[in-house]
Amino acid sequence: MKSHLLPEFIVERDEERCDNCKVCIKQCPFDVHYYDEEREKVMSKSELCVGCQRCVVYCPRNALRIVPYKAYRPNDYWHEDYIRDIKKQAESGGIILTSCGSSRRAKVYWDHILLNASQVTNPSIDPLREPMELRTFLGRKPDYLEIEFSEDDVEIKTELYPNLMIETPILFAGMSYGAISYNAFKSLAIAAKKFGTLFNTGEGGMPKDMREEFKDCAIVQCASGRFGVDPEYFNYSAAIEIKIGQGAKPGIGGHLPGEKVTATISSTRMIPEGTDAISPAPHHDIYSIEDLSMLIYALKEVTNYEKPICVKIAAVHNVAAIASGMVRAGADIIAIDGFRGGTGATPKIMREHVGIPVELALASVDQRLREEGIRNKCSIIVGGGIRCAADVVKAIALGADAVYIGTAALIALGCTMCQRCHTGKCAWGICTQDPNLSKRLNPKVGAERAYNLLRAWSLEIKDVLGGMGINAIESLRGNRDHLRGIGLEEWELKVLGIKGAGE
Amino acid sequence: MINNVSKLRVTDGRVNKDIQSCAIFGVMDRSGRRFGGKMIIEAMKNMKVRGNGLGGGFAVYGIYPEYKDCYAIHVMFEKEEVKQKVDGFLNKYFDVVDDEEIPTKEDVNLDPPMFWRYFVKPQKKGKDKILSDDDYVVDKVMKINTGIDYAYVFSSGKDMGVFKGVGFPEEIAELFMLEELYKGYIWTAHSRFPTNTPGWWGGAHPFCILDWTVVHNGEISSYGTNRRFLEMYGYYCTLFTDTEVIAYAVDLLMRKQKLPIEVVAKIFAPPMWDQIDRMEEKKKKFYTTLRMVYAPLLINGPFTIIIAHHGEMIGLTDRIRLRPITAGEKGDLLFVSSEEAAIRAVCKPDKVWTPKGGEPVIGRLKKR
Amino acid sequence: MSKLRDPFMDNVRKIENIAKAVKFEGNMAKIDARELNHKELNDLIRLCVEKGAEKIILKNVCGQRYIGTRLFFPDKKVEIEIFGTPGNDLGMFMNGHKIVVHGNAQDGVGNTMNEGEIIVEGRAGDVVAMSMRGGRVFIRDDVGYRTAIHMKEYKDKVPVLVVGGTSQDFLGEYMAGGIVVLLGLNRGKHLANYIGTGMHGGRIYVRGKLEKYQLGKEVGIVEMEEEDYKKLESLVKDFLIYFKGKGLDEKLDVDEILGEKITKLIPVSKRPYGRIYTY
Repeated sequence: MKSHLLPEFIVERDEERCDNCKVCIKQCPFDVHYYDEEREKVMSKSELCVGCQRCVVYCPRNALRIVPYKAYRPNDYWHEDYIRDIKKQAESGGIILTSCGSSRRAKVYWDHILLNASQVTNPSIDPLREPMELRTFLGRKPDYLEIEFSEDDVEIKTELYPNLMIETPILFAGMSYGAISYNAFKSLAIAAKKFGTLFNTGEGGMPKDMREEFKDCAIVQCASGRFGVDPEYFNYSAAIEIKIGQGAKPGIGGHLPGEKVTATISSTRMIPEGTDAISPAPHHDIYSIEDLSMLIYALKEVTNYEKPICVKIAAVHNVAAIASGMVRAGADIIAIDGFRGGTGATPKIMREHVGIPVELALASVDQRLREEGIRNKCSIIVGGGIRCAADVVKAIALGADAVYIGTAALIALGCTMCQRCHTGKCAWGICTQDPNLSKRLNPKVGAERAYNLLRAWSLEIKDVLGGMGINAIESLRGNRDHLRGIGLEEWELKVLGIKGAGE
Repeated sequence: MINNVSKLRVTDGRVNKDIQSCAIFGVMDRSGRRFGGKMIIEAMKNMKVRGNGLGGGFAVYGIYPEYKDCYAIHVMFEKEEVKQKVDGFLNKYFDVVDDEEIPTKEDVNLDPPMFWRYFVKPQKKGKDKILSDDDYVVDKVMKINTGIDYAYVFSSGKDMGVFKGVGFPEEIAELFMLEELYKGYIWTAHSRFPTNTPGWWGGAHPFCILDWTVVHNGEISSYGTNRRFLEMYGYYCTLFTDTEVIAYAVDLLMRKQKLPIEVVAKIFAPPMWDQIDRMEEKKKKFYTTLRMVYAPLLINGPFTIIIAHHGEMIGLTDRIRLRPITAGEKGDLLFVSSEEAAIRAVCKPDKVWTPKGGEPVIGRLKKR
Repeated sequence: MSKLRDPFMDNVRKIENIAKAVKFEGNMAKIDARELNHKELNDLIRLCVEKGAEKIILKNVCGQRYIGTRLFFPDKKVEIEIFGTPGNDLGMFMNGHKIVVHGNAQDGVGNTMNEGEIIVEGRAGDVVAMSMRGGRVFIRDDVGYRTAIHMKEYKDKVPVLVVGGTSQDFLGEYMAGGIVVLLGLNRGKHLANYIGTGMHGGRIYVRGKLEKYQLGKEVGIVEMEEEDYKKLESLVKDFLIYFKGKGLDEKLDVDEILGEKITKLIPVSKRPYGRIYTY
C-alpha cells in the first residue's frame, strides 16, 4: 500500500558547510542520512526523521537544521495530529503507540499559580549566607511521642515506623532498566546516591551488580509484572513501591517488546531473552482495597517491617478517596502521578485522554487526608511533568512532601522529547537497549548532569524559600497561604485550596 | 425527589460514590431452626484484617416471631429530638402495634446514635389504597429517609432486622448484644473498608429494603449506568454506595418483576458473548435477549454479594470472579464467606467449595 | 480512638508475651496458632528459625496470612507443617522452604514464590502460583480462578505447579514460563475457559477432555513427546508419594494417570501482542 503519510520534520542541509564527513549518518539511528554514491554526497530522507536533533548537535560544521513540517491546511479542529493518526491507522489497523508525557493543549495549573515573598512585615532570609534546610523524611509518623524522662536522660518509648531521609525533596521517578538503558539507569543511581536522595528502579528489577552499592538509595518497585522480584531484591532497598498505575497510562499495563529483552535485561527481570515482558493491567492479587492492604503487609512481612511501603497511582477522578483508602490499607508513602507523566511506551489514547492534572489531584488528596485526620500517617510524593524548581516549590506548598522527576531527569541526560522511546532507537542512548546507542551515554557524565540538575533546583528552591522568609522546607509543606491563583475559575481555586491573586 | 438523605453530600447527578471493600459472611439454617449470633461474630472476627473498623453490620431473619405480621422498622436517630417527628409520621401512616428503644450496651466505646424499633401495620388512606402493603411501606420508608433530617431507617421487613454502625463487626455485635438477645435462621454480616464518609452509621452494610438485604464486597464500575437506569423506575440512590444500587436492582427484578435468582444472577453476571455464541439455539436466544433487555443492569467490575430475604440466602460473584467467595455446608447449615478459614473457625463443614463466577449459591428453606 | 485503625498491626502482642505458644523439641518447634493473629504467628515462626529450628509444626491455624514469607534467610531451609487452614498468600515470596498443609489452603498459594515447595493436602483458592518464579507447588484437589497467572521462568529456574483436580477460568493467563500440570483426577471434563490467554512462555499439560473453545487465542496444542512424558512421570510419581494415604484414591498409579489423553499447550508466540500497535 502506498503510504499517504507526510514527513514530520524537514532536514535542511547547508550545502556550503557540509563537507560530507558522514557523522550525521553515524549518529542517526533512524537512517535519515545516507551517502549517495552517484552524487558523491550525503543526502537525507526527511520522511524518516523524528526530530531528535542528535545530528544537529553532533554535526562538526553546524551544517544541519531539523525543522517541524506543518503541511496540511491549518485547522483548529481537524488538527494535523488527527489527520496523521487516521492515516497511520488506515494503513496499519493498529493502536497508535507513543511515548513521553501528554503533549496536549490543556491547562497547566502550575502556570496559573504564583508564589509569595516577604516584604516589610517579616524578613526574607538570605539563602546564600544563612542555613536553608531541605532535608525531608518520608514515611508514616506516629500521632504523638511517648517520652520517658529519668535523672539525666530522655528516651523515646514510641515504636517508630521506618522513614526515609533525603537531602532534597526531589527523587528520580521509577524508570525501569529495560525502558531505559543500563547507562541511563546507572547515571540516575549514582547521582541520587551522591546527592543524598533516591532513585526508583521501576518495574524491571535491579541488576545484580548494582544491589550492594545502591541498596540504600533505591526505591524498588513491585509492579503487576513482578519482574526480577525476589526476597533479596526487596531486602536490598531503601523502600518498596507498589506500582498500581502511572500517569501516562492509567488503568492499563504495558509490555517491553521482546527485542528489548537482551541477555542482561533477561537476567535482571528473570525472564527468557527475547520474550515480551508483559505487565498486566492490574496486579492480579489486587482487585480491591483490602487486597492492596494484603500486598502491603506481604511486603512488610518479607522485609521484616524494616522498609516503608509506597503505593503509586495515577491521578484519576476519585483520587482523594482512593488515597485515603491506600493510607488506611497501610501505605506509608503515596505517590501520585499526574496525566503529564512520561513513559517509554503508551497507547496515545491513554496518554492524551485518561487521568487528571497532578496539581488538582495533589490538592484534593492532601485536603482529604487532613479532613480525615490521617495526613501524618503517610508522605505524599507527586510526579508527572515537574519541569522546574518552581513546580517543585508549588507542589510542596500545595501539600506534597517531595516530588518525583522522570522526564526532567532524562532531559538532563540528553533527551530531546522526540517521543520515540517506544522505537527503542533512542539516539541519545537513553531509551534503548542497542549497545551501540546506549554506549553514547557515559554513566559518569550522565550522573554529573543529573547531579547538577538536583543541585541547581535545590539552590533555586532555597532562593524561593528565603524570599518567603522560610528556612526549612517543612514550613512550606502544605502552606497554601504562599500561593495565589491567576486566571482560574472559582471551582479551580476551591479544589486547589488557594486564593486568587490580590485576594 | 432526592432530598438530603445522606445529609452529607451533593445530590445532583454528579455524585461521589463510596469505594469500599470488605469481608462478608452469611449463614442459613435451611430447616428454619433459629440460632444465636455467636457463630457469625466469630467468623467475622477471623476476617478482621479485611475491614478497617469503619463499618460493620448484621442482618438477622426470624428475630421477631411475636410480631410476625408487623413490619419491623429499625430507625436511627442522629438527634434525639427527631424521634418526635418520626413518631408522628409513623402514627399517621401506620398502626404502631408496639415500639421500644433497641437495647444497646452502655459501656461500648463507639459513640452510637439512638436506635428505635417500631412494629407497624399499614393504615392506607386515599390514593395509597391501590398500593400493595410492601409498596406502601417502601414509599413511607423512602419518605422518612429523604424527608426527615437526622433520621434513617436501617430496615423495614417483617420478622427481621438490620443492626449496623461504625466499628468492627464484633464491636457492633457487642453494642447491640446480638449474641445474647437474638435468634434467627439467617444471619448475614459485613465488615467495611470504606474510603468515603467514614463516620456515618447509615453507610454501613447490610443495605435493606423491606426484608431484602444485601451485603457486598467490591467496587462496581457500572455504578453510573446502573444507578441512572434504576432512577427511571423510581429508585433514587441516596447513599451513593454500590450496595444500594445492587439492593434496588434486586428489589426491581426479584420482588417487583418476580424473576427468580437463577435468572437475576444471569442479568447481573451474564455469560460472555463467545459463550453465548456457542449455545444451542434456544438457550442462545434466551441469553441474548436477557443481555439485550437488561444490559443496563449488568453489574460490571468486581463484586461478591450475599442477598437475603425470608426463606432464601444467595451468594453471587461477578462473572469473572474478581472477588472471593467460598461456600460451605454442614447438615442444614449453608455458609457463604469471603474466606474458607472463617467457616472453619466456627464449624467443621461437611463440604466446602468455590462456586464459579456468576453462578449463584442458593440456600432455600426446606418445605416442611 | 485513633483516626486510623489498623486491624493488622493494632493489638499485636510483644513476642515475649506470646512465646508460650511455642514448644521446642530438639530442632523441631511446635506452635499453637489458636489465639495468634497474622503477625504474631509469623513473629514466632521467624523466632523459631532464628533459634535454629529446622522443622516447625503449626497447630490450629485458621486464616493467618503469609506463612513462610518472613523467612528470608539465604542460608537456611526449614520445613513447616500446617494443621488447619492457612490464610491468603501462603508462602508468598518464599525463598527455599518447604510447607505441607494438612487441609485446604486459600487464595494466593505460592504467590511470587522464589524457591521451595508447597504441598496442600486439599484444595486451594484463586491465583495459586501467581507470578511464581521457582520451586514447586502440589495441590491435591482443585484450584480456583487465574491459577499460575504470569508464572515465569529463567534458565534452569523453572517453577512447577501440579494440580490433582481441575481449575476454574483463566488458567495460565499471561503465563511466561514454567510447567503447569492439571491431572483432572475424579472428573469427566474440565470446565475452565480462557486457558492460557496471553500465554507467551512455559507449558501446560491437561489430562482429560478439553474442547478447543476452552483455550485462549494465544495457545496452541502440540503433540506430546517422549521428553514430556518423562517430565510428567517424575512429577506424577512425586504427586502420588505426597498424597497417597492423604485422601487420594489408593488405586491410582502412574501408568493409569498417564494412560489417559493428555493435551500439551504451548504459546503460539513469544510476542503475543506485537501486531496490535502502530508507531
